[in-house]
Amino acid sequence: MVADIRRNKVAAYIFLSVLGIVMVYPLLWLLGSSFKTNHEIFTSLGIIPKEVITDGFVKGWQGPGQFTYGRFFYNTFLMVLPTVAGTVISSALVAYGFARFRFPFKRILFVLMISQLMLPNAVIIIPRYMLFRSLGWLNTFLPFIIPAMFATYSFFIFMMIQFVRGIPKELDESAYIDGCNSFTIFSRIMVPLLKPALFSAGIFQFIWRWNDFLNPLIYINSVRNYPLSLALRMSMDITEAVNWNQLMAMSLLTMIPPILIFFFAQRYFVEGISTTGLKG
Amino acid sequence: MNTAMAKLRVRKRYNYAGLLYISPWIIGMLVFQLYPFIASLVYSFTTFSILTPPKFVGLQNFIRIFTNDKIFYQSLKVTLIYVFIAVPAKLAFALFIAMVLNIKIKYVNFYRTIYYMPSILGGSVAVSILWKFLFARQGLINQLLLDIGLPYVDWLGSPKWALYTISLLTVWQFGSSMVIFLAGLKQIPGELYDAAKVDGAGRIRTFLNITLPLITPMIFFNLIMQMVNAFQQFTAAFVITNGGPMKSTYLYGVMIYENAFNFFKMGYASALSWVLFVIMMAFTAMVFKSSPFWTHYEDGGEF
Repeated sequence: MVADIRRNKVAAYIFLSVLGIVMVYPLLWLLGSSFKTNHEIFTSLGIIPKEVITDGFVKGWQGPGQFTYGRFFYNTFLMVLPTVAGTVISSALVAYGFARFRFPFKRILFVLMISQLMLPNAVIIIPRYMLFRSLGWLNTFLPFIIPAMFATYSFFIFMMIQFVRGIPKELDESAYIDGCNSFTIFSRIMVPLLKPALFSAGIFQFIWRWNDFLNPLIYINSVRNYPLSLALRMSMDITEAVNWNQLMAMSLLTMIPPILIFFFAQRYFVEGISTTGLKG
Repeated sequence: MNTAMAKLRVRKRYNYAGLLYISPWIIGMLVFQLYPFIASLVYSFTTFSILTPPKFVGLQNFIRIFTNDKIFYQSLKVTLIYVFIAVPAKLAFALFIAMVLNIKIKYVNFYRTIYYMPSILGGSVAVSILWKFLFARQGLINQLLLDIGLPYVDWLGSPKWALYTISLLTVWQFGSSMVIFLAGLKQIPGELYDAAKVDGAGRIRTFLNITLPLITPMIFFNLIMQMVNAFQQFTAAFVITNGGPMKSTYLYGVMIYENAFNFFKMGYASALSWVLFVIMMAFTAMVFKSSPFWTHYEDGGEF
């Protein structure tokens, strides 16, 4: 019996380790290949380059046109950070409103909010484009930032409602008796207690916006304003068939911020996913 | 008595501050979601490019889609194949790995991190580029096949394989489904397994009669979420194969994008998007309607 369990465990470890290697090998290979010569990329299976060169990074950083990857990183942060801040603040306020107050039409509004989760982006993207066009927002980051400030990512509202409902109502009531109004209850009691939820929402939104390709593709049309996703695709189209290591090196660099955030904020990830369940 | 009455009255009264707190969402929902939602339905009965104003054409777009657009049927076909391959494969894989991780072993967090990593990179262009390299004609995968003496496969260049290569990218990112399954498995009381063991149930029976029924709420949730995502897949098909070869990876999202922003057929693209919406709703409704027959809730499904 005991031997049986031990054998099972050994088998499980071996299986999990082999699978783990298979899972991350592509990423490690990308890491290695960014330091390889273009010739070596397609002639060796290994991760470690025979001859380490930093050409891919140095030349790749120069970018596909007149702008360097420095510019594209800057643009991406400029697009993503306000969007994330807007999402987190507005979603927390709205979640607080839904979770703690009784108001007319609450049921209908709540159902509407939940059904937004199922609304496919594909259905609304054309009128949105026309709307932003008539507002003169094309080729700016406003189509990303402004909707986020108005809590259009209902997924995060839903997630935070789940968290707020876990905070005992007595806390609000005693604060109310102590003379707090509803906003001070929000800022002094809810926000500190919601920190894990705010973090997980912020992290998920950061990573999703960082990786987003379709929306920038539609709203951003001048290279000066390109975020990384568009820049990478442009590099890909231009370097067709020759400078593989540059493309690999730049792909690798764009992956670093999401991966770093993931490693430093892992417990928020797991919390966020298991309280709401999640796409991705 | 009096205080109880007063309390009751306070409970019943509306607090309009709540409306104030949700007002950003109400505005955002009306302007950025409800309006575009209705507008795209209206657009679908018109024809217009970005520069010309919409002209009402009745059902013409829909008639053309269903009777005179071979590409639509091709795109619908590959999208359905993609959804029916990628989603079940991803969920089955995620559940299997979650079950292995659920054996009481050490370093669970380490393995979970490793398996979750590809999911963080999601639908990014960088991952699509990586995939393109891995499955190129002389890419890593084919080198590996040659090394072990197998014939090489034209993963991205052959219409027979390209869709599967893209599906594999989706399956590779099974991390978040896995985490949800793992949370569900942790909730199953260990006594159930002990009892099954005492009764002499084998591994497969235990899985079919205990694990699977108790994990159905998570399967249901993952199925809905992954299906909604899969129907809208865009980046991988657009960046890796650009819908080709021979439209074998021309997923629905790519078709809508091309019609709207390359051909500037905004009305037609809106009609296409509504057809997709109706199809997705039909599938979602099917899953929801069938769920009482196959999902099991500890609280009897009433909450």
